[in-house]
Amino acid sequence: MSGPRGGARTAPLPLLLPAVAGLAFLLLPLIALLVRTPWSTLPDQLTSTEVWQALRLSLLCATSATVLSLVVGVPLAWLLARTDFPGRGLVRALVTLPLVLPPVVGGVALLLAFGRNGVVGQWLDAWFGITIPFTTTGVVLAETFVAMPFLVISVEGTLRAADPRYEEAAATLGASRFTAFRRVTLPLIAPGVAAGAVLAWARALGEFGATITFAGNFPGRTQTMPLAVYLALQNDPAAAIALSLVLLAVSIAVLAGLRDRWMTAS
Amino acid sequence: MTPDRPGPDPRRPDRPGSDPRRPDQPGLDARLVVDRGGFRLDIALTAAPGEVVALLGPNGAGKTTALRALAGLEPLTGGHLRLDGAALDRTPPESRPVGVVFQDYLLFPHLSALDNVAFGPRCRGASKVEARKQAAAWLDRMGLADHADARPRRLSGGQAQRVALARALATRPRLLLLDEPLAALDARTRLEVRAGLRRHLAEFEAVAVLVTHDPLDAMVLADRLVVVEHGRVVQEGTPGDIARHPRTDYIARLVGLNLYRGRADGHTVRLDAGPSITTTEELRGPVFVAFPPGAVTLYGKRPAGASARNLWHCEVAGLETHGDQIRADLTGELPLAADLTTVAAAELGLHPGTPVWATVKATQTHAYPA
Repeated sequence: MSGPRGGARTAPLPLLLPAVAGLAFLLLPLIALLVRTPWSTLPDQLTSTEVWQALRLSLLCATSATVLSLVVGVPLAWLLARTDFPGRGLVRALVTLPLVLPPVVGGVALLLAFGRNGVVGQWLDAWFGITIPFTTTGVVLAETFVAMPFLVISVEGTLRAADPRYEEAAATLGASRFTAFRRVTLPLIAPGVAAGAVLAWARALGEFGATITFAGNFPGRTQTMPLAVYLALQNDPAAAIALSLVLLAVSIAVLAGLRDRWMTAS
Repeated sequence: MTPDRPGPDPRRPDRPGSDPRRPDQPGLDARLVVDRGGFRLDIALTAAPGEVVALLGPNGAGKTTALRALAGLEPLTGGHLRLDGAALDRTPPESRPVGVVFQDYLLFPHLSALDNVAFGPRCRGASKVEARKQAAAWLDRMGLADHADARPRRLSGGQAQRVALARALATRPRLLLLDEPLAALDARTRLEVRAGLRRHLAEFEAVAVLVTHDPLDAMVLADRLVVVEHGRVVQEGTPGDIARHPRTDYIARLVGLNLYRGRADGHTVRLDAGPSITTTEELRGPVFVAFPPGAVTLYGKRPAGASARNLWHCEVAGLETHGDQIRADLTGELPLAADLTTVAAAELGLHPGTPVWATVKATQTHAYPA
């Protein structure tokens, strides 16, 4: 879009060489994964109970975490984009903190909050008999903690880019702010919400650190794909490769799904 | 406007019926005061049901701010706003009986034309079926029955304008606001849409206020013009009145008149700017003098034998084509605009910097009290 497109001008070497090196560095591991895949035993690997169990759990938890992120994250994004309240900048910084926080730290923090003796967890246990850590719910919470910021940031950006005058038009037609949001704003920002949801879902699917810290590694209950890969690597490398391949396929599918939005952006 | 108009004390909070004169006076009665970072809007606006009022003014005069204040999208810093006797100052926009046609229409792009129009009735409590029935009737009235299912982006500018109008009218507003209703249209569509809009506004039984910077739109569509400059009302009246008796340079330019302010003593008006003008009217005190650019005659040399009255030595500052004429912008003794034919301009060899003599006959000037 910007600048002249001259095919004749070649890139200078001091830029070209590092660029190619960087590209190779990014691609090489993926190629290695494909080269070393035990293609002959792959069907057996992929149809084993453990793999399916982990895959099913991963999809279930990542999807639940995405839904949870949508339910609370979209309103949070709206609040950040459309209202002005004291300390909004700080709130936004806090929302984005999990993006840069080491996931293990997130897991520890979740334990301190929702663990049996945690700040909130002890009351949940005492009053309702609810225990969250080392359960599937724990996995969902850990993934939500890590993935929701992606959704909030993406939706907030879309909201800021959306014309707020549509909400004004809705107001003059008798719509309350909530009705305007539900019937006008939300449909308008749907593509941004979808992109944010996919991003959050992909992040949740690959979540490792917070999950293993907060929810442990119990097959069928809290052992998601990334945990299974890690475990398999210790005693059955071939299985680890097969599992990794599945995750790679899912990632590529996500990327393809977002192609129109990002690959062609600017 | 008359600032000393008897009415409720603006410092007192308005309550319905707090006006001791006409508690249930129908129509619009507003004084809009909006302070916003160095800009102050302070205009009084009244209108009877069935009346179409145009807020006319240059960009940045505060017209759109006034419209937004009427709609409740911009909070009032002061003044009052009463519609059919009910105070609306504190009413949120969604609860005001006000419909707005926005400048670029702001049709909801994800809804069909029908659902755009049905949006208002639906928000005001109609069932989905009922809202759509009403919307279909409105679209039919606008001659858009065939486009009910079309998304806004598939509509032409003129069609979108009519959908926007139908959407605003479908809530049965007591005050209809139109922000530059024809600005988004190309010249050809404009003509046709203007005629249609005029018809719909004539049928509208409540108050309509439109904002425009186009004098033609204002004169064709409105019963009364309120000219706003720098956040204040500078002139108000019927289109004819204002066209004949402009009181500011802005309006004079809009209606294509040379306008000067001065002090009259009989048939002579000594202009604030310097020279005198002889007029047919006999007046005393502060006056305006106006004459059309077509009434000016230009000479290359001082015309021999001509009386020195209404003769000024000027210099061409700029030239532009104006229809099939040339309009010369003159500076010098008296800054003025003069229209002449292309042939005359060629014969005089006019170009920026050419010295000329300009005259105007007293019978073609028009003086009126300031």
